[in-house]
Amino acid sequence: MIMQASLALLIAVASVVCDAVAGTLVVNANTADPAPRAAWEELAARFQAENPDIELRLNIYDGESYKKSIRNWLTSAPPDVVYWNAGYRMRQFVGPGLLEDLSDLYTPAVKASIHPSALDLVSVGGRQYGVPYTYYPVGFFYRRDLLQSAGVDEWPRDWEGLVAACVKLKAKGIEPFAIGTRDLWPAAAWFDYIDLRLNGLDFHTELMRGAIPYTDPRVARVLEYWRVLVSTRCFSRNHASSSWQESQALVYTGKAAMMLIGNFIVPNFPADVRDRMEFAPFPAIRPDIGRFEEAPVNTLHIPARARNKDDARRFLAYVLRADVQEALNKATLQIPVNLRSAVAPDRFLAQARDLLAKSDGLAQYFDRDTSEDLASIAMKGFQEFMMYPDRLDSVLAAIERARQRIYGSAPGAGIPK
Amino acid sequence: MRTRHGSSTVILLAPACLLFALFVIYPLLRGVALSFYDWNGVDAKVWVGLGNYRELWADPVFQTALANNLRWLACYAVAPALGLALAVLLHQRLRGMRVVRSLFFMPFVLSQVIVGVVFGWFFHSRFGLLNEILGAVGGPHVAPLDSERWALYTMIVAGLWPQTAYCMILYLTGLATVPDELTDAARVDGAKDPSLLRYVVIPQLRPVHFVVSMVCAVAALRSFDYVMIMTLGGPHNSSTVLGYYMYEQTFLSLRYGYGAAIATVLLGLMSCIVFMLLWHLFYRERS
Repeated sequence: MIMQASLALLIAVASVVCDAVAGTLVVNANTADPAPRAAWEELAARFQAENPDIELRLNIYDGESYKKSIRNWLTSAPPDVVYWNAGYRMRQFVGPGLLEDLSDLYTPAVKASIHPSALDLVSVGGRQYGVPYTYYPVGFFYRRDLLQSAGVDEWPRDWEGLVAACVKLKAKGIEPFAIGTRDLWPAAAWFDYIDLRLNGLDFHTELMRGAIPYTDPRVARVLEYWRVLVSTRCFSRNHASSSWQESQALVYTGKAAMMLIGNFIVPNFPADVRDRMEFAPFPAIRPDIGRFEEAPVNTLHIPARARNKDDARRFLAYVLRADVQEALNKATLQIPVNLRSAVAPDRFLAQARDLLAKSDGLAQYFDRDTSEDLASIAMKGFQEFMMYPDRLDSVLAAIERARQRIYGSAPGAGIPK
Repeated sequence: MRTRHGSSTVILLAPACLLFALFVIYPLLRGVALSFYDWNGVDAKVWVGLGNYRELWADPVFQTALANNLRWLACYAVAPALGLALAVLLHQRLRGMRVVRSLFFMPFVLSQVIVGVVFGWFFHSRFGLLNEILGAVGGPHVAPLDSERWALYTMIVAGLWPQTAYCMILYLTGLATVPDELTDAARVDGAKDPSLLRYVVIPQLRPVHFVVSMVCAVAALRSFDYVMIMTLGGPHNSSTVLGYYMYEQTFLSLRYGYGAAIATVLLGLMSCIVFMLLWHLFYRERS
C-alpha cells in the first residue's frame, strides 16, 4: 500500500520533471508486449524523422500498472498523450473534463476514412475526444480437424447447431470449449455475445450503462441460454483455476476444440496447429437481431491539462493517417481503424476485417463497457454461475445490488451516454 | 553530560523518525481519513462518514475475507510448533549439520511470489504435478484450487512451508542462547529428554516464542502474495483475504474510500493482536 503510494508519488514527480522540458512531447503508452512495443517504437522513430523540431519521449508501462496510474496522471501532472480505450473507459474521463476535445482533427475527409463504429466510440455528444488506432474482434478460434473428426463438417450457423456440435464433440471425448476463468474476463465474452445475439446492441448498451436491472427477465434469459451449455458440460473442466493462456494449451494439444477469444491469440498458434485453426463468428440465436460483434478499440487521447497540446495534435493527426495505421497494425497483426489501410496478409486477419466491416455495430467487451466496479463483481458472478448454474438467481441478484449501488436504483438511471 | 547525551540521541534518531513519520505515519493517517469518503480517483471526494463501514458490515465478501484471515491465523499456529520441532532436531552437533540446516532454511530465502507460483503449478488442476503423481498411482483427480472450500487451505499449505523455516531459524538462534550449564544441571538432576524440553528448554525460549508468534500472526493477517499469485481470491471470492480485497476494491474497482476502510479494519485487527501479544509478554515478565 505504502509502496504503491510512494511509487505514484515518484511517477508524479518524474512527470513534472519531464513536463518542464520545453518542446518535448511526452507520450505515455501501455503497449508493453513485445510486438506492440516494437511497433510503437518504430512509429515514434518515423514520426521523429518527419518532425525533427519535436522531441518525442515515449514512456512504456506495463498494462496493469498503467490502468492504476492513469487517474493520477489525468488529475495531477499529465503527459501530452495517453493511450486508453474507447467507449465507457473514455467517457468516464470525458464527463469530468479530463480529456481534450479533438473534433478539430476530424475533418470530413478524416471522418470518412475511419470505421464508423470506431468513430462513434470516441465521440460524446457529436464531438471527438480520442484517436482510435487499432481494433480486434472476439470470436471463435477452433480446430477444424477436431470438429470434422466428431462429424461437424460445417461451422454451426445457429445456436441449436452450436449445442449439437458440443454434444458430438463430447461423444468423441473432446471438450467443446476451452476456457480459463481465473482472470474472470474470458467468461464475460460469453455473456456479451449471448446478450448481443438475443437482445441486440441497443439493449446491451443500455444494460452496460447501468440503465436496466440485472433482474430483468431479458438478462435472465441470457443466462438461461448460457446454462444450456454449462449443464451440457461444454466448457473445459476446472476452468476457475486456469488462466486463458493455460486454457489455450488444451486446444493446441487436441483436448478441446474451440475457444471464444480475441484475435490477439493468433500469434500464439504453434506452427504445426496453425493450419488446422479456423476463425468463425458467434452463431446467430434470433434471426431478427442484427450481426453485432465484440471488437475492442484502442485509442490515444490528449489530457485536458497537457502542456504541449500543439505537438500532441500533430502526433495524433499522424496516427490517424492510413499509411501509419497500416504499418503499425501490420506489425501487431491487428486491424487498422482507418478503412484505407491494408491489413497484413494473414487469413485470420482478413476474415476478421471482413466480419467487422459487415457488422451492424460493435461492443467493446464487458469490462470496458461498464464501470470497473460493476464489471469485477459481475464477472465473478459469471464465474460462479459457470461452476454452479443453479445459482442463476442469486448471481443476478448480487449483480443487481451492485448496479443499484453504483448507478442508483431509479429506472433509466445511469451514466450519461 | 546528560544534556549532550540527550541532544545526540535526538540528532541520531531524527532522520529515522522523520522518514517513519513521512512514509508510515502520515500515509496511515491519510488512509484512515480517506475511509470516510467515497472517491473513484477522478471526481471530487464525497464525505460519507461511516457509510463505508456500514457497507462493510453487510458485505458478504468482507465477511468471507475476515473469516479467511482468521482461518489463516489459526492454521499458522502450526508453524511455531513445526519450527520448534525442526529446530530441536537440527540443533545437534553432527557432521554436515550446517548444510542440512541451510537446506531447511531455504524456503524462507525464496520470494513468496516464487513459492506461490511453484505451489500453484504443483496443485494446478489441469497440468499440475500433484495430479500427474496421483494419476500414476491410480489416485483420483483433484482440483483444490477450483474448490470454494479448499482453495484457501491450499494457499495456507504453501505459506506454511517458508513460515515454518522462518520459525525454525528463530528457534535455532534461541536454542543457541540456552546455557549449556542449565541443561547439564538438569541432566545431573535426572531429567530425561522430554521433561528437559518441557521444563527447561521451552521456558528458556520465552522471548523467542513471543517473536515467533508475533511474526506468524502478522504474516497470517497480511497474507496477500499467495492470494494474488495462486487464486486471485477465487473461485469467486471464496479464498479472498482482507489484504487482497482491499487491493481489489481500491485498484480494480476504483473505490478508494472503501478500500481504505478495509485497510483500516485490517490495521485495527492487527493492532489488537499485536497489543494482546505485547500485553501477554509484559504480564509474564512482571509475574
